Amino acid sequence: MNDAPSAWRTATIEKIVPQTSRVSSFFLAPEPPFAFRAGQHVDVRLTAADGYQARRSYSIASAPENNRSVELAIEELEEGEVSAFFHEVAAVGDAVEIRGPIGGHFVWSVEDGGPLLLVGAGSGVAPLMAMARHRAARGSRIPTLLLVAARTWDDVLFREELLELEARGDGFAFVVALSRGAASRAGDHGRRVDAAIAADALSRLPASPLRTFVCGSNAFVETASAGLVAGGLAASVIRTERYGG
Amino acid sequence: MITRGFTGRRTPEDVAARVPPGQALTTDFPVLSAGPTPRIKLEDWSFTLKVGPRPVFKWTWEEFNALPQTSYVRDIHCVTTWSKLDTAWEGVTIDDLLKAAGVEAAKPFVLAHGFDGYSTNLPAADLAGDKAMIALKYDGEPLAPDHGGPARLLVPHLYFWKSAKWVSGLQFTDVDTAGFWELRGYHMVGDPWREQRYHDDP
Ligand SMILES: Cc1cc2nc3c(=O)[nH]c(=O)nc-3n(C[C@H](O)[C@H](O)[C@H](O)COP(=O)(O)OP(=O)(O)OC[C@H]3O[C@@H](n4cnc5c(N)ncnc54)[C@H](O)[C@@H]3O)c2cc1C
Repeated sequence: MNDAPSAWRTATIEKIVPQTSRVSSFFLAPEPPFAFRAGQHVDVRLTAADGYQARRSYSIASAPENNRSVELAIEELEEGEVSAFFHEVAAVGDAVEIRGPIGGHFVWSVEDGGPLLLVGAGSGVAPLMAMARHRAARGSRIPTLLLVAARTWDDVLFREELLELEARGDGFAFVVALSRGAASRAGDHGRRVDAAIAADALSRLPASPLRTFVCGSNAFVETASAGLVAGGLAASVIRTERYGG
Repeated sequence: MITRGFTGRRTPEDVAARVPPGQALTTDFPVLSAGPTPRIKLEDWSFTLKVGPRPVFKWTWEEFNALPQTSYVRDIHCVTTWSKLDTAWEGVTIDDLLKAAGVEAAKPFVLAHGFDGYSTNLPAADLAGDKAMIALKYDGEPLAPDHGGPARLLVPHLYFWKSAKWVSGLQFTDVDTAGFWELRGYHMVGDPWREQRYHDDP
């Protein structure tokens, strides 16, 4: 049953692209490829020579429209068993095992409609990027706002591509909240996400969002979703994905 | 398939036997949930026991706290691959709860319901025999909202998503009815020692 959604498959690393000082994209070619929805994740499994295994979940950052190459944006954690392996050992041509797609809650497709509010911090932008890329690939004009929390402007994951997506003028915009750097673009914020920033994000959409996706560390998801609720958003439209911590 | 160059961080020998396959030890307490953390006021809190569709018993916060309280120190295992040893809980065992209600768990399955609309299903046998409780305290303190407070189900021998946060009641059922994550591809039982993570794991 190689086609069962959760069968382990071999996936070869085709390309490694550094994105920020701590996050790199790993493009994996699973064999065989599988269909997925924007927002879903895969489990990655690594096996040592003596059979010891470690597995972790990583969101798919690429759009479902191209499923031959699955992009994972992995942040290197100090002493992290799996993330440090990717950053320090893994090389193009190496193979790992992946299983997926997993997750049926933190998912969005253009058929679900909008407006859409996406809120992410650090590598938590990855599944939101899949949604933004899916939206663009489908030529959708659904009003979408992405609020990104990062330390500095250079830590904004997928920054150049986000600027390009915004420049299309098709209803996609992104706002940045920087905890350690001054905001350089008008409308960005030079502080951590708080209730006022959440309320500001809500006010930039033409109507209250039909769906809101919040992703990042637990502390971030707590603050951001509490801010959105304080800003008047119904808790029932907010879906969260917490990476831990 | 061996991964080139991967050695891994091994679980220390003395506790290795307590860590299920595919899990790694953590010292913090990560949080996972599908939506924002609900804040439930104690005066609005209640706990309902249902058999099939029929409510058979309901407790207020005060009444629930007057039930016999039990302490558990248990290892817990999250499907996202962290395990945590020796976590300390206090609350009302499901055995005591049924006794207080004068109900027999005559049905084979249970759906646990949460104030946030979350639900999870599990075999009734996994709640009986001093294996599970409705936990009110963690580490001697009232259970924090992001960990499921005021009260959560605690079924430490199954993956932790079965330990429903912000629990509002248990419903005994004849049919094994998929809960929130189970509808979305997760396992109907979720035994970490058998690595029952996703629906098609044996
Ligand atoms: C649904 C989901 C999607 C996710 N998507 C992504 C994603 O897209 N990108 C991403 O980067 N992450 C993602 N994550 C997080 C990812 O799964 C891992 O948790 C993360 O990469 C850390 O794993 P690790 O093996 O590197 O670190 P671990 O080894 O698990 O350690 C985590 C941290 O704890 C410390 N630590 C824990 N135990 C020890 C110990 N015994 N000794 C020393 N240090 C220890 C480490 O130093 C490290 O900082 C996702 C998580 C979930 C649940």
